[in-house]
Amino acid sequence: MPKIKAINFNFFYAKTQALHSLNLEIKLNNLLTIMGPTGSGKTTFLRALNRLNDRVPAARHAGQLLLDGTDVYAPKVDVAELRRRVGMVFALPLPLPLSIYENVAYGPRKKGINSRSRLDTIVEKALIDAAIFEEVKDRLNSSAQHLSGGQQQRLALARVLAVEPEVILLDEPTSGLDPLSTFRIEETLQQLKKQYTIILVTHDPLQAARINSDVAFLYLGKLIEVGPATEMFTRPRNRRTEDYITGKFG
Amino acid sequence: MPREDKIMLFLIRLAAAIAVSVLLFIVGYIIIQGLPTLSLRFLLSSPTDMGRGGGILPGIIGTLTLTLVSILIATPLGVGTAIFLTEYTREGMFANLVRFGTESLAGIPSIIFGLFGFLFFVIRLNMGWSILSGALTLASMILPTIVRTSEEAIRTVPDAYREISFALGASRWQTVTAIVLPTAGPGIVTGIILGLGRAVGETAAVIFTAGSSLRIPRSVLDPVRTLPVHFYILAREGISLNNAYGTAAVLLIAILLINLSAYLVMHRISIRNGGG
Repeated sequence: MPKIKAINFNFFYAKTQALHSLNLEIKLNNLLTIMGPTGSGKTTFLRALNRLNDRVPAARHAGQLLLDGTDVYAPKVDVAELRRRVGMVFALPLPLPLSIYENVAYGPRKKGINSRSRLDTIVEKALIDAAIFEEVKDRLNSSAQHLSGGQQQRLALARVLAVEPEVILLDEPTSGLDPLSTFRIEETLQQLKKQYTIILVTHDPLQAARINSDVAFLYLGKLIEVGPATEMFTRPRNRRTEDYITGKFG
Repeated sequence: MPREDKIMLFLIRLAAAIAVSVLLFIVGYIIIQGLPTLSLRFLLSSPTDMGRGGGILPGIIGTLTLTLVSILIATPLGVGTAIFLTEYTREGMFANLVRFGTESLAGIPSIIFGLFGFLFFVIRLNMGWSILSGALTLASMILPTIVRTSEEAIRTVPDAYREISFALGASRWQTVTAIVLPTAGPGIVTGIILGLGRAVGETAAVIFTAGSSLRIPRSVLDPVRTLPVHFYILAREGISLNNAYGTAAVLLIAILLINLSAYLVMHRISIRNGGG
């Protein structure tokens, strides 16, 4: 059974349709890169998966979006629990107005973990897995606002890892970062995909090529093509895919 | 600079100068008139002979307790309403109704609050002239200030914080207590202090509800005479103009200090926001 499966999934903001009959599968502990220009519905798909789109007035969906075979929109689904299983890193690297430690401990605390020693273990492991521990280990109690953009984004990743999710969604996580910081995030993702199912959204075909995983090309809310990066970038089946990766539009 | 600009600049500066001098004149006049009366004994002794002699200790205690109790009542209500308006409703009929209600409340003259407090709390609920009646009346009066400033403070909290919090599996209430309120805290405190400043100086709403007893209150069910009421009675009934000015000076200094602290709290926010 695929970890995530979209079956004829549609999404609407009031009268605007953002996703059209999406059919997509992501296998367990796999990384899928969703590539597409602005307005292609990439972010909508991610925010449907963790139901953050519930906050948008007049947003609605049709079709099915399955996580381990259960529709995330089923009435019995506990949304907070769903969001713990499906973590998300946002495009804007923004720390909560707390210390570095408390940023990472935030999710576990809200789940009810309060033992200091348990939190210490969780925070340290998350920071190590997000490849930022060495840089911040001596100032865990100082404000996270003073970290660099790249560090803030890895902190955001650590914050998600601390909740021990099964799926990690990354919404253009490197769009505001310099090449070196981008490289470090991409490198970290290659490590993480062994234990997590990951969906990375990017508008950058070069990033999709570097990540070299399965790639889905989304355009105007429709899935145009999906397949391994090596195939899509050497023999795109669709004309629009070819135009996009060669930079003719987007 | 073109001639036209020069003239406008002059007029604008003049307007600002007049505004400041009015304030300075009033404050200066009251303080100079009151200064000869002011002494530690004046602050710490009870009035004698209806206020002709002695000090204003019961008035100070009455004002402090009345204001404190009204803030204790108004703060949870006001902040709660603001949280409801910003975090728990989508913009719609009901939210607008609540907002319209609180704003209308802000426009009602204080003497009407006094009359309402007298008829409802003092008579109907049989609380008599007491700190409790006065505080409940004052609380309904300063509620709009607290709702409005808290709502504005909460709206400045970046929505991205809420999204991050929700995405980590936090509930709405957890997000409010862990992120929204601490971030909006200084703005909310400023609103409470401004409400406090309004409550301290209020006369009309208090004279009908808290009474005008010159004794030191023993419980919240005892009547009190607040400083503005004391001042009003001393001046109006021609008991002692000197003591009236002394009382007014104390009140004015207290209100200036309250506003200064509101300014300092606000100033701290801007430093913090600017400093990242």
